[in-house]
Amino acid sequence: MERVSRVVCIAALILGLAGLAIPISMNIASVGGRATAHAESATAEVKIDNFTFTPATITVPVGAQVTWTNRDDIPHTVVSDDQAIKSKALDTDDKFTFTFSKTGTYTYFCSLHPKMKGKVVVQ
Amino acid sequence: MSHSTKKDEILHDHNHDGIDRRGFLKCMAWAGTGALCVMQGGVLKSYSLSRLAAIGEKEAKGDLSFVQISDSHMGFNKPANPDVAGTLKAAVDKINALTLPPEFMLHTGDISHLSKAEEFDAVEQILKSAKPKDIFYVPGEHDVLNDEGAQFRQRFSKGSNGAGWYSFEKKGVHFIGLVNVMNLKSGGMGNLGAEQLEWMEKDVKSLSKSMPIVVFAHIPLWSVYPEWGWGTEDSAQALGYLKKFGSVTVLNGHIHQTMQKVEGNVTFHTAASTAFPQPKPGSAPGPGPMKVPDDQLRGLLGVTDVKQAHGQHALAVVDSSLG
Repeated sequence: MERVSRVVCIAALILGLAGLAIPISMNIASVGGRATAHAESATAEVKIDNFTFTPATITVPVGAQVTWTNRDDIPHTVVSDDQAIKSKALDTDDKFTFTFSKTGTYTYFCSLHPKMKGKVVVQ
Repeated sequence: MSHSTKKDEILHDHNHDGIDRRGFLKCMAWAGTGALCVMQGGVLKSYSLSRLAAIGEKEAKGDLSFVQISDSHMGFNKPANPDVAGTLKAAVDKINALTLPPEFMLHTGDISHLSKAEEFDAVEQILKSAKPKDIFYVPGEHDVLNDEGAQFRQRFSKGSNGAGWYSFEKKGVHFIGLVNVMNLKSGGMGNLGAEQLEWMEKDVKSLSKSMPIVVFAHIPLWSVYPEWGWGTEDSAQALGYLKKFGSVTVLNGHIHQTMQKVEGNVTFHTAASTAFPQPKPGSAPGPGPMKVPDDQLRGLLGVTDVKQAHGQHALAVVDSSLG
């Protein structure tokens, strides 16, 4: 499952960079072979390490599930600048998942350590 | 070698404000190890408790004495300190061992690690054994998780204003507890907000300019290191209301290490954490908990003892390590 997620993420990134309107499911099928043919299955991961969101910017298709994992010893949050997305405080190894159902650029930050910023581009 | 070291220790006063950056940085390096840091000609004196015995408590005797503790982070259990309850108890022992008992205590926030009821309970239980019975709290960002600080105010600042700010007087000294951990903006630092600033302006308006002022808040009210968010966006406005006063002392926590700075009529101090140390500004990729060898940990944690000397407005601030 972990491997598939990574493949989807990479596929999404390639799509994003190329600006192609190829359905994401085709890429998954051709590379991973195990994923179902739905865009909803697209996932992406953001790690929180040392007061930093990594990667700071991710590009995903509409319907993608993005999961943040806090790997710090200090709690963090994921809050969009417009406050529409708001996680609870994430303790060490806690996760927060959000499904992006509309295209757009979502900038977010940690409301406890607001110097921590990230961006999700949904295409 | 000894000559160059000595040179570093001398405070070069280029701005004639009683402080030199090089000397200041040197001072920061000492503070964490519990060494003495004295700024002569400033408005405050600072001793480590171990030195205090040698100097004699007479010098630090005053009309008013209180203790600041900070960043207990009850609930934290990672390698940087798996026993934060133990180190908080050690801080209380240190306070209780003072020959001249402080009149009250300030806790400058991050009482808990995750705002859990049992974490707040544990701290209250431990602090019950402290000789000073009055404890004044301001919240850290760890105390207001998920509920905008409702539980914190219910427990620690009943009857306060807004998000939990208030003021009080003790023996002619005006204390102002501020909240700068709420509604933080993306990319920003600590934040007081318009409502609190308005309250503060009114709070100090009618006070005599000769009254000593002590402001305490969690995040530093001066820009210690903006890159890590170690400062407060609108602190200049707050400090602007205090310009007329001859003696202003600002006490903060948050950065888990002691630092001092003098700027005009204002003396800034940050207190050590009773839980775990954090790196010096910019010395690590991020400001997370710093794992130090077990035998060094207590030397980097501490309490701050503040005394107001009789007949003068200067406050003596005493940092003590738990080691």
